Amino acid sequence: MKTSDVASTNGSEPATPKRGAKTAGAVATWADDRLGLAKATKGLSLRKVFPDHWSFMLGEIALWSFVVLLLTGVFLTLFFDPSMAEVTYNGSYDPLRGVEMSRAMASTLEISFDVRGGLLMRQMHHWAAMIFIAAMMIHLLRVYLTGAFRKPREINWIIGCLLLLLGTIEGFTGYSLPDDLLSGTGVRAADGFMKASPVIGTYMSFFLFGGEFPGDQIIPRFYAIHILLIPGILLALITAHLILVVYHKHTQWPGPGKTEENVVGPPLMPIYMAKAGGFFFIVFGMTALLGGLFSLNPVWKYGPYDPSKVTAGSQPDWYMGWPDGLLRIIPPWETHIFGVTLSWNIMLPILIAPPLLLMVLIALPFLESWITGDKREHHLLQRPRNAPTRTAVMAALITFYGLSWAAGGNDIIAIKLHLSINQITYFLRGAVIIGPILAFIITRRWCISLQRHDEAKLLHGYETGVIVRSPDGGYAEKHLPISEEAAYVLTARDREEVYSPNGTSDDSGVAAPGGRRAAIAGKVRGKLSALMFADNVQKPTAEELHESQHHAEHELHELEHQISAGPNKHGPSSDH
Amino acid sequence: MRLLNRSAGRLSRHRRGPIAGLVVLLLGLLLTGGLYAAFAPAQADSAASQEELVKEGRELFLVGCAFCHGQNGEGVLTQSGDQYGPALTDVGAASVDFQVGTGRMPMSTPGNQAQRKEVVYSDAEIAALSAYVASLGTGPAIPDAEMYDPATLSDEEYDEYVTRGGQIFLANCTACHNFEGSGGAMPRGGFAPKIRGVDPKHIYEAMLTGPQSMDTFSDGNIPPDDKKAIIAYLDTLNEQPSYGGLTLGGLGPVSEGLIAWLVGMGGLVAFAVWIAAQTTRTSKKKDGADA
Repeated sequence: MKTSDVASTNGSEPATPKRGAKTAGAVATWADDRLGLAKATKGLSLRKVFPDHWSFMLGEIALWSFVVLLLTGVFLTLFFDPSMAEVTYNGSYDPLRGVEMSRAMASTLEISFDVRGGLLMRQMHHWAAMIFIAAMMIHLLRVYLTGAFRKPREINWIIGCLLLLLGTIEGFTGYSLPDDLLSGTGVRAADGFMKASPVIGTYMSFFLFGGEFPGDQIIPRFYAIHILLIPGILLALITAHLILVVYHKHTQWPGPGKTEENVVGPPLMPIYMAKAGGFFFIVFGMTALLGGLFSLNPVWKYGPYDPSKVTAGSQPDWYMGWPDGLLRIIPPWETHIFGVTLSWNIMLPILIAPPLLLMVLIALPFLESWITGDKREHHLLQRPRNAPTRTAVMAALITFYGLSWAAGGNDIIAIKLHLSINQITYFLRGAVIIGPILAFIITRRWCISLQRHDEAKLLHGYETGVIVRSPDGGYAEKHLPISEEAAYVLTARDREEVYSPNGTSDDSGVAAPGGRRAAIAGKVRGKLSALMFADNVQKPTAEELHESQHHAEHELHELEHQISAGPNKHGPSSDH
Repeated sequence: MRLLNRSAGRLSRHRRGPIAGLVVLLLGLLLTGGLYAAFAPAQADSAASQEELVKEGRELFLVGCAFCHGQNGEGVLTQSGDQYGPALTDVGAASVDFQVGTGRMPMSTPGNQAQRKEVVYSDAEIAALSAYVASLGTGPAIPDAEMYDPATLSDEEYDEYVTRGGQIFLANCTACHNFEGSGGAMPRGGFAPKIRGVDPKHIYEAMLTGPQSMDTFSDGNIPPDDKKAIIAYLDTLNEQPSYGGLTLGGLGPVSEGLIAWLVGMGGLVAFAVWIAAQTTRTSKKKDGADA
């Protein structure tokens, strides 16, 4: 052995810390003595392991776009004036010079045309907002479809749902601030929605607007909500969300060496830190790119808000599009009772549907654990195909969402595809109901057939692409067993059992505790459990696997024999 | 220059020649006659040509328009009593100039709205058709350039017109035509067409005559001067640079949302996949063995 393999220096002195390291150590000790950092961060180890998968980084897009929102938002507050006082615009955008507008609108124009980099910042802020909510939604889908919401992560699921709700409200209050024609139209619509709620509607509206719409209060109030109240709550909830991720540890995909008790992946420092930190710059770069290349909300073209004006193509930002779509396609249902009009056509799509969908979303983990009766902790993820009914539920919800969303752009679809807006509306009225049902059935069957495919791979191996011709002229494809690693991944899931409510009364006819109500609940649970699991393909048993292994070895042997014996000496076994 | 001097010198040699006076006289007569022909208010002549124009227009009309609009522009009804082609007796020259001049007429396919397409007739033919239809009854005439052309305005006037026109545009036009004049949907497959980049004359005529499902904005409703202001505003929309970047069709939040998802989210998810694929060498090797 050479000495160079052992030591990189041939010096005779023992190694001692250099001066710089000494100072750094001294500073760290000084700080630790006073702040107790070492103790405080002990639980939050920098050697925390984070599993590697692209879908685990989707939530990060939301996190980093939120950081971009904070940065660009602070810039905008330096120049934005949230006041509805009337001024005559005198800035550098010629076509509006001399037009009366609110100070909010005038300062938005000033940011766009007279503040250096202002328009870029405005557009980045707006693009980041759209990406923030889009990323939250994609992240939500990932968490749901992989079963990452199961115990112990239900609370984090609820926090996530609340973040989505708050992000949406934050977005709405944000794009209402410039007080341009488009945002004013949106605020007017919001005013109408509020007034549609029975009894308290007008009171709510007058309370929010400080009098009759539009008043001179709404912009300052939205401003306070937008830059102080909601960001504060968002920040707190995001922190809680992340602390819980650290506390629960991240979920991981099943694989050899990956169990419910461990987390396998690179440590936070330095690998994951580099990745996450790098991703921040990518998100920042993407919003800068969008902000620099694509025009977003050109307020100078909309002009100041004026209740007598409106523009075709008045849509909310994308995340408010789906209630707007429901509003566009709902039939004109109204009830007149005791001289009061109940506008179901506004209440249903705006005041009832979105909160209802949020409730459903929040309830999903609890509903599932009630049906399955599964109260264990889960840290290994499930592939969407291995929970066919769950995946199908989300497919149905997303289909409903997507169709409602498309309805929100019905006018643009009509002019761009040369269709009749009426026909689009009639079609979507049916589609928002039939579409989710179809999506549910198709997705569920699709998942189950994917499970069958997995089972075939386990028991019969993968398709080799080797076609063997038998002496009697028949052709058959040779299958070979999949690798042990792949087989592990495919079998790393639980065997599901349909809940049977038979336990409610014993053989001698004595009712189980809980009485009739519990019996009914048990029956419902049994039905739902059957819907959830009865058609699923369960993983093969150990015996089945062993048998298939023997079979595969035999077949492999036969194939080798054939090859060595030359063509057409012996036929392949044709038992499958 | 030298060549010119030399030829002038050659000419001047003849100035005292025997026929010089005659030549000058002839040239003088030719010039006066030509100028008179060019500038004279030739009423008698014009009436004759107008008559000719109407006659020519009628011939074109019988070939290209009468099938739907009737031989005398009286309109054609279907058996069920629907309007097959509307009567053109009181639509005026401006309407014909708009419909034919933008290629909407003759209609290529019957539908709920005529589409703008390549213009079929030449300018002279359109003038003849307009003259013929105008002769059938009342209706607005084709406007003069100074009524609609923002180029006739001085710079100061132009700015004033643009600001005023923008507000009139937002109050009267954007509800259907969108804030950038990109167009919008109307019931039953109808649509308000894109009006960015349309000839000012045709915009003026459209306001004047209210084609298809558009309202008629009479001069009492929007005075000619305000019409010109609207056109001046649309002219700036065409001319001004796109301050924020690509306008995405000027369609509002729908196309913006599409970009946010396709470019923004699509790109970032692609980056997430890329980052997750960049991992320590040992696990990369393992990945390779996996496949």
